[in-house]
Amino acid sequence: MTEAIEGLSFEAAMAELEAVVRKLEGGQVALEESIALYERGAALRAHCDARLRAAEERIEMIRAAEGRATGTTPAEGF
Amino acid sequence: MSDLFETPADNAPPLGVSEVAGAVKRTLEGAFGRLRVRGEVGRVSRPASGHLYFALKDDRAVLDAVVWKGQVGRLGLIPEEGVEVVATGRLTTFPAGSRYQLIVDEIAPAGLGALMAMLERRRAALEAEGLFDAARKRPLPYLPRVIGVVTSPSGAVIRDILHRLRERCPVHVLIWPVAVQGERCGAEVAAAIRGFNAIAPGGPVPRPDLLIVARGGGSFEDLWGFNDEAVVRAAAASAIPLISAVGHETDVTLIDHAADLRAPTPTAAAEIAVPVRLELAARLEGLGARQAQALAQGIGARRQRAADLARALPRPETLLAVAAQRRDGAAERLRAALGATAAAGRARLAARAAPLRLRLLRDLAGAASERRTATWARGERALGALIAARAERLAGLGARLGPARARALGDAAREVARGRATLADAGVRLEVAARAGIAARAERLGALDRLRQTLGPSETLGRGFAIVRAGGRVITSCAAAEGEARFEVEFRDGRLTLGR
Repeated sequence: MTEAIEGLSFEAAMAELEAVVRKLEGGQVALEESIALYERGAALRAHCDARLRAAEERIEMIRAAEGRATGTTPAEGF
Repeated sequence: MSDLFETPADNAPPLGVSEVAGAVKRTLEGAFGRLRVRGEVGRVSRPASGHLYFALKDDRAVLDAVVWKGQVGRLGLIPEEGVEVVATGRLTTFPAGSRYQLIVDEIAPAGLGALMAMLERRRAALEAEGLFDAARKRPLPYLPRVIGVVTSPSGAVIRDILHRLRERCPVHVLIWPVAVQGERCGAEVAAAIRGFNAIAPGGPVPRPDLLIVARGGGSFEDLWGFNDEAVVRAAAASAIPLISAVGHETDVTLIDHAADLRAPTPTAAAEIAVPVRLELAARLEGLGARQAQALAQGIGARRQRAADLARALPRPETLLAVAAQRRDGAAERLRAALGATAAAGRARLAARAAPLRLRLLRDLAGAASERRTATWARGERALGALIAARAERLAGLGARLGPARARALGDAAREVARGRATLADAGVRLEVAARAGIAARAERLGALDRLRQTLGPSETLGRGFAIVRAGGRVITSCAAAEGEARFEVEFRDGRLTLGR
């Protein structure tokens, strides 16, 4: 619960958000805790949103030498 | 002894061994040239020299075969024991061993069945090694940032993959171009998988967090490179989660067993690789709304519950009613008890106060008596003084006025009589008042009266005392008497005037 959100993967953040929502919907949480949970959930959602917005297409071709990737070349025409 | 030397039938000289071997070699090579031999691969060995030796056999004969080192890499199929193959090469002899052998430059499986049988043997061997174990499988990242694709840069496959990725969720794609069929296929695919894994995080080339090894549909032989042991080992060893997507759904290659996930087609691999961003956004939206609603609901439910509880609380009046009633009852009883207690106390007080009251009365009477006696004495004195003054004045008037004297005397006598009557009346009234006021004191009053009489001037005169007066005053000392020429002495029965 106290893990820094910045370090969470999208999936982990999403899973935690779902857990938060389930817990809130369960209605078994004390009021104080439910508010803290809500804030955590909102932060998780913002984190996921940011990650989704950051996704952009980029296609590159690997340049390899002796089995090692030495660089990339932008791939066009796809 | 001549028998010791064989006499040849003709005179032809004998041949040397090498000559024979050379002759055989030439004959053999000339007769067969290049040929294709079908047989089952027997024992295979590859010593340090790099040449590959194996045997081809059928149920009755064995043919030694060799692939020179330089040729091994170009083989479409590395012979494995038990595989039915068609080996192409030329027949030659091995003069040093009196043997003949097939120098092979190409090996192909002897039909699909043979290939399948070989594939199955390979699969079983790799499986026995544990390369296909479920425990080795890595979970795929939910939303990969960089996807490495091992495939041919030309063709429909990479386009399909990129198209589907674009549709679902834009992502960074690195393409490692490889031959997807032919002799080089297996080696290049294996090298590409290893190459992606060799990328260090944070370097100039981003390290993928997911790999897709893809190829479009093709014949069993076309896909053969993906059955390559090197490919299978590279896929199994990949630290980066790997999706295999080779051929169509019905095509299964060995890389599929080693991959963390097998996609039926390259397009399906793209679908597996990334979620749909819009769906994710919608799901996030939904989760946000749900959590907001849940919080609101939680608060609402609590508010409702608080209201219900408040309603369920009894009214303060109700809570107090019973107590108030009890208090009223108690007050009533208290009042009654107080009354009873007071009555009892009063009764006890009365019982004790009875003697007390008598004593008090007695004390009061004593005090009144004393006051009365004092008043009496004062009255007596005042009367005496008054009488004396009037008498003297009368005498003076009588002497000076002569004829008026009798009348004045009469007046004075009347006045004296009136005074006496008044005095007697006052005495009587006093007596009456005293008697009438307090009957109980009568006796003591009588005693006091007797004492008064004893102390009074008349009684005193009776006992032999006399009152001396001069110049109208009562003389009580020699000093007062000095210089007086006339004294009047009052006895019990009258007055006598003495002159010097």
